[in-house]
Amino acid sequence: MLYRTAGQFKTSYVADHALFPVRQDAWLLAFILLLAFVVFPMTASEFAFRALLIPVLIYALAALGLNILTGYAGQLSLGTAAFMGVGAYACYKMTTIFPGMNLLLAIGLSGFFSAAVGVAFGLPSLRIKGFYLAIATLAAQFFLVWLFEKWAWLYNYNASGAIQVTNIQMLGITVAGPQASAMVQYYFVLGVVCLVTVFAINITRGRIGRMWKAVRDMDIAAELVGINLMKAKLSAFAVSSYIVGIAGALFVFLWRGAAEPVLFDIPLSFRVLFIAIIGGLGSILGNYLGAILIVALPVIISTLPAALGLPIPSAMVEHLNTMIIGALIIAFLIIEPHGLARFWAIIREKLIIWPFPH
Amino acid sequence: MNAHSDAVAAVAPDDGIAPGELLMDVRNVSLRFGGVKAITDISFDVRKGEIRAIIGPNGAGKTSMLNVINGFYTPQEGTITFRGKQRRAMKPHHAVRQGIARTFQNVALFKGMSTLDNIMAGRSVLMKRNLFWQMLWHGPALREEIAHRRVVEEIIDFLEIQHIRRTPVGKLPYGLQKRVELGRALAMEPSLLLLDEPMAGMNLEEKEDMSRFIIEVNRQRGTTIALIEHDMGVVMDLSDRVVVLDYGKKIADGPPDAVKSNQQVIDAYLGVAH
Repeated sequence: MLYRTAGQFKTSYVADHALFPVRQDAWLLAFILLLAFVVFPMTASEFAFRALLIPVLIYALAALGLNILTGYAGQLSLGTAAFMGVGAYACYKMTTIFPGMNLLLAIGLSGFFSAAVGVAFGLPSLRIKGFYLAIATLAAQFFLVWLFEKWAWLYNYNASGAIQVTNIQMLGITVAGPQASAMVQYYFVLGVVCLVTVFAINITRGRIGRMWKAVRDMDIAAELVGINLMKAKLSAFAVSSYIVGIAGALFVFLWRGAAEPVLFDIPLSFRVLFIAIIGGLGSILGNYLGAILIVALPVIISTLPAALGLPIPSAMVEHLNTMIIGALIIAFLIIEPHGLARFWAIIREKLIIWPFPH
Repeated sequence: MNAHSDAVAAVAPDDGIAPGELLMDVRNVSLRFGGVKAITDISFDVRKGEIRAIIGPNGAGKTSMLNVINGFYTPQEGTITFRGKQRRAMKPHHAVRQGIARTFQNVALFKGMSTLDNIMAGRSVLMKRNLFWQMLWHGPALREEIAHRRVVEEIIDFLEIQHIRRTPVGKLPYGLQKRVELGRALAMEPSLLLLDEPMAGMNLEEKEDMSRFIIEVNRQRGTTIALIEHDMGVVMDLSDRVVVLDYGKKIADGPPDAVKSNQQVIDAYLGVAH
């Protein structure tokens, strides 16, 4: 009953092009933002910040980047983790070369490095498609992780071969490093993620988004309506890798605090890909739903049985998690290839016409 | 309203060519795929404002001819002069910029996108705002979007497809898909519109609708049309001049009545006793 669109008339194209043509959607978003900005920080424990809230946001951002490339522009990529690594290492080098540098600026700039690398490895997409392109991005994955390991300059010749985030201050508050408080880091990540999401929504609903979707749906027809395939594909690689790079920098600086090359290996790529698939390819909302599911699942499996008095060993948690996620992916590919985002769209449609069937 | 949006209107652009004058001249074009001769030494012209039909039996090289015109294939020999400029090798998206739009024999729409988005995609070339403005959305990018939306809505009105504006085109019946595809081509504001079998697979009523749209596009917007069609009734009624191909060669060219009574054309369609 609450979800009624009747009586909400559009009298101008501007109103029709609003982000939320339906008023209830705007309320719902306002409610979620209220939760994210006010309620969660007031109630969450240190554990909840570190194990749930921050990783959900960072994974959602990485999946958003991948989704622009795979879900919107239709170019399959298996190199997401490596591009995240490029962002993280670029940010690390900048903050160590210029110690006083504003962290927000460093993270913003580090995205450009991964965008450049992304475009370079996106060049094969002009010639090859589908699985073959996926293999080309897989080459990026292996090559870059090898580079993170072998090029000692990248990790400042540390004996451990890992990068370590030192305390970084912004406006007198420690935002990164061992002394940073989880709440500050959460707000930092939330701010960046919200901003990038707004930009991503705007790009995907305008001319450039249509161009990408046209290339995804039928590249020959796209070319024949005047879309330059090279520009469309490479811009998708650039924007996607930029966002993925920022996610990588946040991943290390605002969450993990340290990283070794193996962190950016294939399992992370697949993790992000699973989030995008389970959440829904070609959807912005889906990345958040997918990230919530993937991040929360192991936490739920480990804490819920314990709370119910049925403690299960941590190795078992790991196995259960892998099995459930595997089953979920297969189920989604068969039942609903458009993922959780489509479920929400169906629920919404039903709510609007409820209690009538159509 | 800024100056940019005022300049937007969905009519054929004024290309400085008066109606009845030469718009495109195809001279001695030959196209081969290895040993297969798809088109052999074909010449014909298209005059501004006319409906030009290209007909012929299956495999005559009609679609190949369209593919040559819009840059999809590059002919081995011959020249094409469009709006006074001669060219040989070019990419399809260059052809669009020169003012050539087309539809396909098998509908080539963007299946995951709505009717509105499909037609808006046809205006990609005419939209200018870069990534930065797109990112901010409010301001220039939104103004541009709205200005083009207005034009697209005129096309939607014209083609009577208001009710399917938000429907993903993959879910539409074939006849409507063809109509959306025509809309997308019109959105490009072409000076030359190429239609590859616009009536294929349609019932009588849909054919009548489509014929009406083609005539109106031609008369009201002044768009020059070159079309391939197998329905002879439609071709004879719609077109001003007809060129007939058979086995990649031109066998006749002229007004519908003259072509209809041409012995070579009759032989090509009905076969000859040996």
